[in-house]
Amino acid sequence: MNVQQFFDSMDYGPAPEADSAAREWLARHDNRFGHFIDGKFKPLKEGEGFDTFEPATGKILARIANGTATDVDEAVAAARAAQEPWAKLSGHGRARHLYALARMVQRHGRLLAVLEAIDNGKPVRETRDIDVPLVARHFYHHAGWAQLQDAEFAGYSPLGVVGQIIPWNFPLLMLAWKIAPALALGNTVVLKPAEYTSLTALLFAELATEAGLPAGVLNVVTGGGETGEAIVDHPGIDKIAFTGSTEVGRRIRERTAGSGKRLTLELGGKSPFIVFEDADLDAAVEGVVDAIWFNQGQVCCAGSRILVQEGIAPIFLSRLKKRMETLRVGQPLDKAIDMGAIVDPVQLARIRELVELGVKEGATLFQTEAGVPETGSFFPPTLLTDVHPAATVAREEIFGPVAVAMTFRTPDEAVMLANNSRYGLAASIWSETIGLALDIAPKLAAGVVWVNATNLFDAGVGFGGYRESGFGREGGREGAYEYLKADAWAKRKPREELPAQPEPKSSASGFGLPVLDRTAKLFIGGKQARPDGNGSRVVVGADGTVLGEVGEGNRKDIRNAVEAARKAEGWSRASTHNRAQILYYLAENLSARGPEFAARIARLTGVGSSEAEREVEAVISRLFTYGAYADKFDGAVHSPPLRGLALAINEPLGTVGVIAPDEMPLLSLVSLVAPLIAMGNRTVVVPSARYPLIATDLYQLFETSDLPAGVVNIVTGEPKALVKDLASHDDLDGLWVFGGKDLSATAERLSVGNLKRMLVDHGLQTDWLDPASGEGRLFLHHAVQVKNIWIPYGD
Amino acid sequence: MQLQAVAPRDEKERSVPAHGGNAPRNEGMPLDLGWLGGVRVNLSAAERRVAGLPGRRTVKKDAQAAWLLKAITCIDLTTLSGDDTEGRVRRLCAKAVTPVRHDLLEALGMSERGITTGAVCVYHRFVAAAVDALQGSGVPVAAVSTAFPAGLAPHDVKLREIEASVADGASEIDIVITREHVLTGNWQALYDEMRDFRAACGAAHVKAILATGDLKTLRNVARASLVCMMAGADFIKTSTGKEGVNATPLVTLVMLRAIRDYHERTGSKVGYKPAGGISTAKDVLNYQILMKEELGRPWLEPDLFRVGASSLLSDIERQLEHHVTGRYSAFNRHAAG
Repeated sequence: MNVQQFFDSMDYGPAPEADSAAREWLARHDNRFGHFIDGKFKPLKEGEGFDTFEPATGKILARIANGTATDVDEAVAAARAAQEPWAKLSGHGRARHLYALARMVQRHGRLLAVLEAIDNGKPVRETRDIDVPLVARHFYHHAGWAQLQDAEFAGYSPLGVVGQIIPWNFPLLMLAWKIAPALALGNTVVLKPAEYTSLTALLFAELATEAGLPAGVLNVVTGGGETGEAIVDHPGIDKIAFTGSTEVGRRIRERTAGSGKRLTLELGGKSPFIVFEDADLDAAVEGVVDAIWFNQGQVCCAGSRILVQEGIAPIFLSRLKKRMETLRVGQPLDKAIDMGAIVDPVQLARIRELVELGVKEGATLFQTEAGVPETGSFFPPTLLTDVHPAATVAREEIFGPVAVAMTFRTPDEAVMLANNSRYGLAASIWSETIGLALDIAPKLAAGVVWVNATNLFDAGVGFGGYRESGFGREGGREGAYEYLKADAWAKRKPREELPAQPEPKSSASGFGLPVLDRTAKLFIGGKQARPDGNGSRVVVGADGTVLGEVGEGNRKDIRNAVEAARKAEGWSRASTHNRAQILYYLAENLSARGPEFAARIARLTGVGSSEAEREVEAVISRLFTYGAYADKFDGAVHSPPLRGLALAINEPLGTVGVIAPDEMPLLSLVSLVAPLIAMGNRTVVVPSARYPLIATDLYQLFETSDLPAGVVNIVTGEPKALVKDLASHDDLDGLWVFGGKDLSATAERLSVGNLKRMLVDHGLQTDWLDPASGEGRLFLHHAVQVKNIWIPYGD
Repeated sequence: MQLQAVAPRDEKERSVPAHGGNAPRNEGMPLDLGWLGGVRVNLSAAERRVAGLPGRRTVKKDAQAAWLLKAITCIDLTTLSGDDTEGRVRRLCAKAVTPVRHDLLEALGMSERGITTGAVCVYHRFVAAAVDALQGSGVPVAAVSTAFPAGLAPHDVKLREIEASVADGASEIDIVITREHVLTGNWQALYDEMRDFRAACGAAHVKAILATGDLKTLRNVARASLVCMMAGADFIKTSTGKEGVNATPLVTLVMLRAIRDYHERTGSKVGYKPAGGISTAKDVLNYQILMKEELGRPWLEPDLFRVGASSLLSDIERQLEHHVTGRYSAFNRHAAG
């Protein structure tokens, strides 16, 4: 077109970004890349590796090494060798390195942005304006954590060697989210980029080395699923950090079960985008564009489920459709497009299938006439309306530019529909009424909530999911803890075997007055309940005396207990003052009956009376500690770079199972249950199998201390069996397992159903009397999950 | 009426009538307070939209030259200074008729397209001189009336001023609203005032200046926009150029969305005129992109888009010369206005 034609049509015309520097970099490597290990590229042998493609054209970009177990060994060895000197470098020394990485990213911003667009297919506008600036910001922010490590994380040490597996949707940004905190806090890294998009990670590693990063600190092993498995299984790795699909996340949870590896998973989502009738509708329409047509919808936290209040649904949807008409899909390097290419034809086919299925299941399809390029891997912006919550497209993550819309009538119903999902990554609320928006935000099961905004990210604000969207946080202080271990726990030793219990002595007392039979029942929903199986187990004292019997709980008892815990949701909403009062009241009532509990401990465990009294005193103190923390373990107010705030709120996990160990049976049990209930969780507790009477004695204490029904449920029985029932119960949000090593492994392995938040001791014995290891923030961090609520403001 | 010269020679190519042409005027409607009450504007979201758009859309090379030429046809070439004289106004009119050097238009293949500015905009005192200077050019004269810029003269004096400007040949009248009506939420008073202004204009098209810099909140801007449209404004305009803050992309977004809303509900197309502070080619391209994205193609033509500017034209001329020659240009290479 010439000037005259443009003058008449007023079309945009092409606006290509130059890609010569990126192509030259590829050519300099002969378009062939080995792994980047110990500061240099390994040679890629003839005939080895796999091809990586340019999604917009389908052309081969480069040939890349396919990592084997041997390659992973080599990378882990390099990382291990580098870890000690890296950790020993002062925080300031590491801060300088991270600062240099940030500067390096800015210096090479254009090259990184263009290469990312070519390799992934996303618009260069996004890589230039969003990905690369966020990457630089992440390194700057974490240079700060390195600088402040000694001051801010006293008592914590780096984990060691971290294996990190990242997805293809934000290859460079996810690299930054992973390696910046790991390196800042003294860990070294073996990173596997996604098979589709390895190039920017390789370029980054090369540039980082040029910028002075010591060899072995960052190693990049490329490859597919098998390479990932080799990393996950590697015994020399201390932690796995994974971002990707929920399906793969589950497999990683299973494979690492019992290994003692730390694990964080950032997985899929089906995030709600809730539009209330008092929203700025034009703003909300634009929000949908940023929610689902950002990065071709290949965003784990994409606002893919539009929930719109019924009265405004027609006008909102009509405005949305009109807005869709102006979206432009085209070549990633064209600076005037909204959407580029889908990463791979395999993904494209999946999106197509799901959309077809959606229509088959009754949805109404809307796509614009504008069309997409004929060659390459493209899919148009798509809206499915008349979608019902049971539809596949309303439940499954499509991971493409497809929004589904449904309506709601009231705020309650909006919350119900929003939470009607296995996922819980993010949510977006649109309303101009502050009272409404801030009332809804805490009710949503999501790790990130944006008020009148969507897809905002910042290095200082934690990001991560609830439910099957994974666990762990990336960014901010909460993200830093994921790369540290508490020294107080690091020195724990394997638990010593307790001596076998004596044979029960006959309690027959001839014709004298017999002992009044006391068979403790289970404690479920505030009531003593007979066990479902109608069986019991004998409890003997240290000297073999039969001290009583307790119920033999089974799977159905666990079910009932979890149900009771679920129902007791009022506890999670109770004021922190109220929760504190009840913890103090428990301490008060225990104190009143202290000698009785001490005597019970002595008879059960055989310890001397002074030791038993010391345990009771420690329990009273522990209850006070958590009464104190109940209204003091606050969240934080972040100041991300915008006019507004991000509120990091500590929310309870919900329902949490607890398997208590045998040692110090009362103190250990209270040390696990008290932090959980102080933070508003409702618990299902399996007490020590040897000394369950110490737990059943608590029933009366609970009843006299106004503890609401269902907050603590106790199921006595065999932990080896009950741990399975707890771990595989999908309505239990978390599980804490303290006891034998095998219990931890079983619990982790079976927790994959709903990806529970786990805290297990791997058979290591905690010193419960020492406050440094037995109480406090260590436990509280695990008793909550952080929700970040972004609140931009202004008028 | 007079704008045929701006319209293309080949009517098949483009038949968008310029302002003052055949486009149906906005007849207005009764004041609808319920509609106003439902107006919601989220500042942060609006800021994100205007901040993100320049990164999402751009025009390069021939397309950019064409867009800049189009921008020229939308300029209300303006002089509104206390020291204006007839000589100054006549010089401006000459520039309005020949805004770009002929050799440049030739090189761009646009010499036959009759490129002029959209109008010349002056105080009432110079309307007659401007009408005379522009005789036969097809460039209309716009007058700022109603006690510009503060608009605080007696109501009937303002109506008299409009009538006088129309009598002198102004075919477009830029009125200023009484900001007090907006700041106190007296929508009925604002509506009545605007209705009277519109009636006084007769056949002349009326542009309502909201003085958005005085209104402060985007909600005020949105509501004032709607009231003026309900009362029959043909255009809504941001500023007099004399407020502390003049046209910004942010208030533009809000006003364009009000225009879109009004169009959706009534079918009437109302034009938009940002004024003040738009002085570079890059600025005006961003406004054009906003128009196209938020309102669509019809709002890129002078019957629905004007830019009130004085120094913008000379920057556009330099950019056009750069496009033609590949060399950066200087101000002294282009005729003064």
